[in-house]
Amino acid sequence: MSAPADPARGSAAGGAPVLSTAGLQIAFSGRSGRAAARAVDGVDLEIGAGEIVALVGESGCGKSTLARALLGLVRPTAGAVSFHGRGLVYRPRDLKAFRRRVQLVLQDPTGALNPRHTVYDAVAEGRRIHTGSTADERDHVAEALSRAGLRPPERFFLRYPHELSGGQRQRVAIAGALILQPEVIVADEPVASLDASVRGEILQLLLRLRDDYGLAALVVTHDLGLAWNIADRAAVMYLGRVVETGTVEEVLAAPRHPYTRALLSVLPESSAGEQQILAGEPPDPTRIPAGCRFHVRCPVLASGAAQAAGVADRCRSEDPGMLGGSPGVAQVACHWAHAPEPEPAEWAGPG
Amino acid sequence: MDTPSGAGRPAAGPTARRGRPGLHPAVRYLGGRVLTAVVSLLAVMVTSFFLFRVLPGDPVAALTQGRSVSVDQLEAMRRDFGLDQPLPQQFVDYCLGMMTLDFGMSYQYRVPVSELIAERLGPTLLLAGTGTVIAAVLGLVLGTRSGWRRGSLMDRVDTGIALTLWSVPSFWLGLLLIVLLASGAGLFPTSGMSSPGVEGTFAVALDVAHHMVLPVATMVAVVYAQYMMIMRSSVLDEMGADYLTTARAKGLRDAVVLRRHAVPNALLPTVTLIFLNLGRVVSGVILIETVFAWPGLGSLFYSGLRVPDLPIVQALFVVFAGSVIIMNLLADLVYPLLDPRVRT
Ligand SMILES: Nc1ncnc2c1ncn2[C@@H]1O[C@H](COP(=O)(O)OP(=O)(O)O)[C@@H](O)[C@H]1O
Ligand code: SF4
Ligand SMILES: [Mg+2]
Repeated sequence: MSAPADPARGSAAGGAPVLSTAGLQIAFSGRSGRAAARAVDGVDLEIGAGEIVALVGESGCGKSTLARALLGLVRPTAGAVSFHGRGLVYRPRDLKAFRRRVQLVLQDPTGALNPRHTVYDAVAEGRRIHTGSTADERDHVAEALSRAGLRPPERFFLRYPHELSGGQRQRVAIAGALILQPEVIVADEPVASLDASVRGEILQLLLRLRDDYGLAALVVTHDLGLAWNIADRAAVMYLGRVVETGTVEEVLAAPRHPYTRALLSVLPESSAGEQQILAGEPPDPTRIPAGCRFHVRCPVLASGAAQAAGVADRCRSEDPGMLGGSPGVAQVACHWAHAPEPEPAEWAGPG
Repeated sequence: MDTPSGAGRPAAGPTARRGRPGLHPAVRYLGGRVLTAVVSLLAVMVTSFFLFRVLPGDPVAALTQGRSVSVDQLEAMRRDFGLDQPLPQQFVDYCLGMMTLDFGMSYQYRVPVSELIAERLGPTLLLAGTGTVIAAVLGLVLGTRSGWRRGSLMDRVDTGIALTLWSVPSFWLGLLLIVLLASGAGLFPTSGMSSPGVEGTFAVALDVAHHMVLPVATMVAVVYAQYMMIMRSSVLDEMGADYLTTARAKGLRDAVVLRRHAVPNALLPTVTLIFLNLGRVVSGVILIETVFAWPGLGSLFYSGLRVPDLPIVQALFVVFAGSVIIMNLLADLVYPLLDPRVRT
């Protein structure tokens, strides 16, 4: 897990995306008159076949909500989720068929596994739902467990989750997803709750699954190092919106959005100049600022660099807009990043 | 939680967990619970003796009320009941009797209390058992529904009805039912457990069932709310659990997610509570038995209190409190069997 993934392996550039969103919005209506929380506020995202996409951003920016929406667990307020180009149909029967091909892995395997079900039952459940109990169920469970790295699988069949270590539990959860042979796995912070020592192993597992079975994945994380290690592409999310996308090299080695830069600057191994601790209150999806949603905390605006580039007014009043999901191009939602580089002194600003 | 063998390699099993040398953890757990129960029982026995002796009222005076009796006769009665002895001597006799399950003679019925209890136990268990089973099933079903659809109209209506009934005194509800349905509409008998002159197994069973309807209904109405509210909150606790999301994401229908995942986990605390309640149920039927003149332990206790018939009330107090203690113990012992997480 040292070198960044080779972007050429991501075959998405050619074919149609497997799983995508278009203009996705999800608002949670506020209780008794409070404003609705726009947890996801316009996201276009594409995951190609065999591609690993990292979705990064601070806690509370809407990553989990987006992940759940990708599985049809939350219905969008506006916009759509599509699978192989076809919009999701939220009828029980259609959802069931869809969920055979896209699987979810959650952050905390202790909560994600039913404490009263044995490992065998936990892993077999997905298959029983879709094909019923068959004579070869045992073989499938054993295979899923070994693919998830639990060998010999038979030794785990009758264990309960509380008898396993955190890493083993997460492998059981992954095996439960694998038994359905999905095309995409949506993993919501799959290693965040694990010991540092086993994180690498679980990430290796995801990479190997992609290499061996062409499994695509959206890996949600707030850990940029993790994104760098396993993803082909990265999407940086801030307050319900993707603000920068591109290959991991583009986004993490040459970040253009001030938010991405600030995230990277606080990494210990960062070479990107001084640390930028983000000022201002933490983002609140019930009160999304007008203009650029990052402008109240933006170091570029605060330092006057945006003013120098002549975009400060636009930062405060004009929404830089949504990014298209298309994987081929690096994109950034920032007026300053788009401003012509060497500023002519007499440039008078917009309009 | 982590097993000592580390990640990637399965641990040797739950028994490999280190305990204190000597005793197996399960034995220590069991022993501790049993010891606690025994100590509680002893405390109850001691309390029972003194509690009813500070009650106002002289049994001998009460039993001879309205009759002209000589001082000699009164003295003879006192001697008969052992009330002429000094208190410490009475206490020692009482304790020795309790140890051998000899509760003494009833002052008013002049038969051994243990015989009275044996005779009255069946009707009480029938009433309390039937009522508890119905209340528990009703509470579990309604509580599950309410929790799963929290905030819905159905939840609010069901919860409202349950809490209203819960806050009604059982004797008042019982009297109301008697007035309306028994003496009023004549649908049910007003009192007792059987009618005279009924013969044949089936006819007797039917007759008893007929007598049971109102007392059981009263009991169920007053107690099902607690089972319902606990099941409701257990289901609510489980609702946010990630494993439900996992199950849904695998394609399981909502109703099956509830049945297969949420309910079994929510049942655990509820079942424990039902166990804890079983002991209290027996004493809880005292009022109902009295209102419906049901020939059980409750009405026996009531008739004993009026005198006070010390051997009866002492013994029943120990029986009632003892059943709570024993059910607590059972709940402690059953819980680990139901929950794999605390299985040792
Ligand atoms: N079911 C819900 N009801 C109301 N608000 C929610 C709900 N789920 C998430 N939110 C809000 O949406 C925002 C995004 O949450 P989440 O998607 O969990 O973020 P992340 O996974 O990036 O930490 C948060 O402000 C959270 O409070
Ligand atoms: S648009 Fe302006 S405020 Fe927003 S990130 Fe760019 S520079 Fe900062
Ligand atoms: Mg999250």
